[in-house]
Amino acid sequence: MSESRNKQRKHLVLLSTLALGMLGFSFALVPLYEVFCEVTGINGKTSNAVVVKPTTVIQESEREVTIQFLAQVARGMPWEFRPTEHQLRVRVGEVNLTSYYARNRSAQGVTGQAVPSVSPGNAARYLRKIECFCFTEQYLEAGEAQQMSVRFYIDEELPEEINTLSLSYSLFNAPELEASSLALASHPQ
Amino acid sequence: MAEIAGHTIPNRSPLMAFLERWFLTTNHKEIGSLYLWLSFVLFFIGGAMAMLIRVELFQPGLQYLEPLFYNQMVTMHGLIMVFGVVMPGFVGLANWQIPMMIGAPDMALPRLNNFSFWILPFAFTLLTSSLFMEGGAPNFGWTFYAPLSTTYGPPSTDFFILGVHLMGVSSILGAINIIVTIFNMRTEGMTLMKMPLFVWTWLITAFLLVMVMPVLAGAVTMMLTDRHFGTSFFEAAGGGDPLLFQHVFWFFGHPEVYILILPGFGIASQIIPTFARKKLFGYTSMVYATASIAILSFVVWGHHMFAAGLPLAAELFFMYCTMLIAVPTGVKVFNWVATMWRGSMTFETPMLFALGFVILFTIGGFSGLMLALVPADFQYHDTFFVVAHFHYVLYPGAIFGIMSAVYYWLPKWCGNMYDERLGKIHFWTAIIAVNMTFFPMHFIGLAGMPRRIVDYSIQFADFNMVSSIGAALLGLTQVLFLYIVIKAIRGGEKATPQVWEGAEGLEWTLPSPAPLHTFEAPPQFPAPQEAYKHE
Amino acid sequence: MDNGKHVTSITSMLQRGLTFLLFMAFSAANFAADLDLRPGVTDMSQRIQSLHHTSLIICSVIGVVVFGLMFYSMYAHRRTKNPTPADFHESTIVEVIWTLIPVLILVSLAVPATTALIEIEDNSDPDLTVLITGSQWKWHYQYLESDINFYSNLATSQEQRDNLEPKGVNYLLEVDNVLVLPTNKKVRFLTTSDDVIHSWWIPDFAVKQDAVPGFINEAWTRVDEPGVFRGQCAEFCGKDHAFMPIVVEVQAEADFDQWLEDQRLAIELASGQAVADRAKTWAMAELMEIGEQVYVDHCATCHELDGAGQGSTYPALAGGEIPNGPMEAHIEQVMNGKADTEMQAWAPQLSDLEIASVITYERNSFGNETADLVQPITIYESR
Repeated sequence: MSESRNKQRKHLVLLSTLALGMLGFSFALVPLYEVFCEVTGINGKTSNAVVVKPTTVIQESEREVTIQFLAQVARGMPWEFRPTEHQLRVRVGEVNLTSYYARNRSAQGVTGQAVPSVSPGNAARYLRKIECFCFTEQYLEAGEAQQMSVRFYIDEELPEEINTLSLSYSLFNAPELEASSLALASHPQ
Repeated sequence: MAEIAGHTIPNRSPLMAFLERWFLTTNHKEIGSLYLWLSFVLFFIGGAMAMLIRVELFQPGLQYLEPLFYNQMVTMHGLIMVFGVVMPGFVGLANWQIPMMIGAPDMALPRLNNFSFWILPFAFTLLTSSLFMEGGAPNFGWTFYAPLSTTYGPPSTDFFILGVHLMGVSSILGAINIIVTIFNMRTEGMTLMKMPLFVWTWLITAFLLVMVMPVLAGAVTMMLTDRHFGTSFFEAAGGGDPLLFQHVFWFFGHPEVYILILPGFGIASQIIPTFARKKLFGYTSMVYATASIAILSFVVWGHHMFAAGLPLAAELFFMYCTMLIAVPTGVKVFNWVATMWRGSMTFETPMLFALGFVILFTIGGFSGLMLALVPADFQYHDTFFVVAHFHYVLYPGAIFGIMSAVYYWLPKWCGNMYDERLGKIHFWTAIIAVNMTFFPMHFIGLAGMPRRIVDYSIQFADFNMVSSIGAALLGLTQVLFLYIVIKAIRGGEKATPQVWEGAEGLEWTLPSPAPLHTFEAPPQFPAPQEAYKHE
Repeated sequence: MDNGKHVTSITSMLQRGLTFLLFMAFSAANFAADLDLRPGVTDMSQRIQSLHHTSLIICSVIGVVVFGLMFYSMYAHRRTKNPTPADFHESTIVEVIWTLIPVLILVSLAVPATTALIEIEDNSDPDLTVLITGSQWKWHYQYLESDINFYSNLATSQEQRDNLEPKGVNYLLEVDNVLVLPTNKKVRFLTTSDDVIHSWWIPDFAVKQDAVPGFINEAWTRVDEPGVFRGQCAEFCGKDHAFMPIVVEVQAEADFDQWLEDQRLAIELASGQAVADRAKTWAMAELMEIGEQVYVDHCATCHELDGAGQGSTYPALAGGEIPNGPMEAHIEQVMNGKADTEMQAWAPQLSDLEIASVITYERNSFGNETADLVQPITIYESR
């Protein structure tokens, strides 16, 4: 009898561990998903890491692709936000500069965070950004407007079959941070 | 003094004895009954919500329900049927039957068993009370995608989250209890490969429950922290992703739908051999097929997300794995047919429901296979074609499974035969009603009607009307079923121990009704022929 | 007896019989076509219909065989016909056969599905791109190669929906501004959302793509013949999920170019009109009349025609804090919406005159008596 009770206890412990382990697994899915998407680039999220353009000269190929620029403003975000150019025809490997225009329409300072998304999803990891307003939160005073730049190049590894890509920024309200420190950060003197 | 089930209880008024019995019971038969009655009550509540939906969809135009309330009905109907009817129904059957079928006196953890049950009435009271809260009940579909549920959900969403946690705990504890019971308490000589198939399917289902209910708990917890504690798991604003919600939810959700059907497979595998008077064909294959279905169920979740923006490689992977599940499922169907083949069949009500289950579940399986084909799915996804598919596998699937089990085992539970004539009437009207309700949904889905809509374009009107009439008829058949069950409990032709001529298994060696305490000493297995008494 | 008559009557019987059969066949085909998935108007939609037919036929054949065997068995192997049951209960060979044959059948389905899918997911080399943004509960279209953009709202009247008027043939499938596309061009659709997940679906193109907030998805189509095609939102998105249809009009290239030109002109005209509107000082009566129409078209679905709202989800405007409180807060709410709620930003969709009018209307209706009015110029300056 006691042997059977021991076996039961063992099973109980194992199964409870399994249940708790699966709970942990469900939370682990969050970073797993991030890593999986970053490595395969398949959900269209570009990296938030600044890319330093290699100093060795990259053979700029003749290959050209079209890149389109899109802007979205989330609800409750009182900014005007649009790309200054709708699309560019660029050479793979060549460094390009474009910008987005943003204006705070409201009567108080607002902090915004732009979140990028690239389509097709698997082109995301080939879009290398050297400088981007999406890397940090951006603060604008009431009524203030700014041109925010994006400096990027497209990696030669971009698959052959992709020749049009779309980069979209969705602008959201970021939590209020110290207005002064942010104001300094986005307006370097 | 009170007298209950052969026990004399001193110093208790009958009322107190009654309350103590039902709140504190640790007996698997009583707890089984509690689960089954809870399931039946919620079946009527969820069914009433379905009736409201079908009344509104009887004709195009907004007649009776505000869109906000309609959305609450759609959501609550799904939640109650999935978590409140099918799952407790199968757990009730497990509680009643598993100990008897393996020759055990009770479940391994009787007090945990009581606790697992009693969580549920509280959870469902919480959930249904949300209908009366400010902002109404959850209204974002039973699949509660973010951000509709996280950012835009009504205040009652937090109660919904608590309710889901409670139901999840109940399921996990119940499943652990079932596994420990099956592994440890089988009578001498009953190896795993000699267990009744109902016990096998429940063993596998219980493992699925232990593994995926925690994932659901994780999903709703992330939802809670997104709503109130500043996280952004599912919102792009904070670096999150609404699609992550879908991945986590369906990682739970797909195994969940197999949880909703595997015990039904087990039930058919008990009933068909009995009424064909022939052993189940391919027992070993049936076990392996069920296990394969369970394992494969973990790698197909993406087929709910084909239109969401998955990359090509993922779509192909999920398409192939989903198609593959058709193979073990087909094997099971063929094995049931082979069991019938050259048997000696009679068609009492349990057999009628079991055969209806096999045929109509298979039709649901066919539409499932069609849905697996991604290019075609772009036309079927989120239309009534999907609604038709899952109602076929859930209603003539899971629900007919439960009904056939109730007809099959009720004489064992209460000692009286149910009224066979009424049972047949129930079956035939249910078959007609279920097809009248859900078959037209295939066509309106193909014609282009999306799901979860309160109003629709006029080209969908005719079939919607047919479906609503069928639903009304279906609702009436449930009332008949309730009447049949209550009538049998109150009296009827006395049932013999074996009840059914071809029945084999330890439970059929017990008297009918089975006494409160059975197999206090482990029985001989296999049971000798003399153990099956006919009077 | 006339031999001629006899011969005639056989011929005419045959004729009648044949006509009848043809009629039945035609009706059956028609009925079946009504029940069937539509072929649609693109190569891909027709390939998808083929795939659907293939899987349907395979499933039907398997069903007929399996159910046929079952029904036969229910007849031939019932106890009265077969009192002694056989006792076989396993066979490895048979299990292997009925495992392998389904696998082969599945492969035969997977091949055409795979080739079609690879092509569907190839969005490269489009001729034009349209950005589609879903909102609760309308669509916004932007032609990426130009500045042309507009909102597309359900156009079916409330009276039809409330059963006060007979329903038109395009009930719930008509919009105010349709998406116009050219024939014979590969059109790429980028979908996104600014609130919850929606889904853009045109059955005739077999294009369905979720619109996910914060992300863009893509899909493509190519239509060879002009026509009008209708679809609906295909992802549950809240109260009016049933009421955000899609209408696409495909026009021959020359007509499409003309349409683009007309749109450009319309935009110019509208901005000219807006300049005129804000130069004028509007009277209360004018603002109330315009405001009422704007309210009925855009606000009443949530805040109700009488301003009573719907519980805490859609606050009442009658006696409400905002319509009776400071003007700036009211303007801010209407123009920029309220984050994390279904109150959207109307600034992008409505003109200065429309916003000024509806605010005026709200502040002076439903029992609100602020006697405030707002001029379009004020709205313009708040942008």
